[in-house]
Amino acid sequence: MLRISCPYCGTRDEVEFHCGGDSHIIRPAPEVSDAEWSDYLFNRNNPRGVHYERWCHVFGCGQWFNIARNTVTHEIHAVYRMGDAAPDLEQ
Amino acid sequence: MRNALSGHRRWKPVWRTPELKKIYDVVIVGAGGHGLATAYYLARKHGIRNVAVLEKGFLGGGNTGRNTQVTRSNYFWPQSAAFFDHSLQLYENLSRDLNFNVMLSQRGVLTLAHSHHELESLRRWANAIRINGVDSELMTPGQIQELVPLINLQARFPVHGGFIQRRAGISRHDAVAWGYARAADALGVDIIQQCEVTGFAITNGKVTGVDTTQGKVSADKFSITVAGNTSVLAAMAGFRVPITSMALQAMVSEPIKPCLDTMFTSSVIHMYVSQSDRGEIVLGGGADAYTSYAQRGGIATVEDNVAALLELVPAFSRLRLMRQWAGITDITPDTTPIMGKTPVQNLYMSGGWGTGGYKAIPAGGDTMAYTIANDEPHPLIADFGLERFERGALIDEGGASGVAH
Repeated sequence: MLRISCPYCGTRDEVEFHCGGDSHIIRPAPEVSDAEWSDYLFNRNNPRGVHYERWCHVFGCGQWFNIARNTVTHEIHAVYRMGDAAPDLEQ
Repeated sequence: MRNALSGHRRWKPVWRTPELKKIYDVVIVGAGGHGLATAYYLARKHGIRNVAVLEKGFLGGGNTGRNTQVTRSNYFWPQSAAFFDHSLQLYENLSRDLNFNVMLSQRGVLTLAHSHHELESLRRWANAIRINGVDSELMTPGQIQELVPLINLQARFPVHGGFIQRRAGISRHDAVAWGYARAADALGVDIIQQCEVTGFAITNGKVTGVDTTQGKVSADKFSITVAGNTSVLAAMAGFRVPITSMALQAMVSEPIKPCLDTMFTSSVIHMYVSQSDRGEIVLGGGADAYTSYAQRGGIATVEDNVAALLELVPAFSRLRLMRQWAGITDITPDTTPIMGKTPVQNLYMSGGWGTGGYKAIPAGGDTMAYTIANDEPHPLIADFGLERFERGALIDEGGASGVAH
């Protein structure tokens, strides 16, 4: 069971949340090629390691926010708000 | 027989443990069912025997050893039905073909509907299956009760009916991996375990070799058959794939006497159940709803899964769970696999199997061997290529994947 710190409500169990998948996806301009459009629609970062993803506190405040989480250990490295840049976790 | 009567000490390994050579005709990454079957059909049908299958762990130790052994072909779209029924037909003769008993038991797979509306859509699905030339039969609640006496039709989500594919069933997953491994090895294929691929050597858009933990290997052609790790290998080769990796769970109870001689599944309440030959009740269907490469699952999903089963079969409430595990499934947007060529020349892939790769092992191996040998997709998988996403020609099998995502 993940314990997730909602930036608005505090730490709660995973079952209160919904994972919205890969975050920081930028919609390209409509005139891009089919390849770029399909990359935007379908291709996802799916790393074995730190993943930047969106979560929603559906059974709580209903707010969306971002999480940087390791997909192997499930350790949560950072929680940050929508619109914030992804933290640099290289160090 | 003699070995069985002498304390099982004299069995010899049924495949070799060869040294990794420097050059092969074809290198297959991943010695799960798909990788081993591809190597076997390359050697047997296409005469390409200078083949290596590289495995980072042990043979059949990934999803091939973690699934719930279901084989069925009850798919909605014609392309999927043709492919998966080819697979079921190969399964029907696999024990004879490999001279290895894969213990196929065609006990039927029953899909339940829990509302009038769901029954309507199952009726459409069952009809589509028949039009595809595959067997399916609608069942009334009374027929379901007769087939599965233990089922509680008046559950929280009552059973309104369902349909069954009687040719579907289960087989022994380890035997499938071992059977293909032994048969491929006998034809000269090198199976190299404990050999992890760490990078691809690519020049001018063409793959020429791989770096592994046992050194560099070059070959004419390469294939990626690594289930949940497809995105990782694709990233090494420099292209992106529309895959999200998730942990799909399964679990077994303590063994009991035979009480369930078919298999049933419900996509509304995320559950499918069968009884193994050893007597364990095999339960699956719950995936942790976030990206994961950890081959274990969260307990919240176990609770959901067990609750769904107990509502339908209250008698199982006295059983204790013996083991619980997870396999990393590579889920695509349309839950149809991605097979064929990749943007890198001479590199092929068979991935995106999501929650249903096991049933596809024989056909996956057969069609990928053809694709690699001829550098052209086998007709059965012509629509399963990576380029379908760019063309918008998706094959939406969300309903038939057996698990609601």
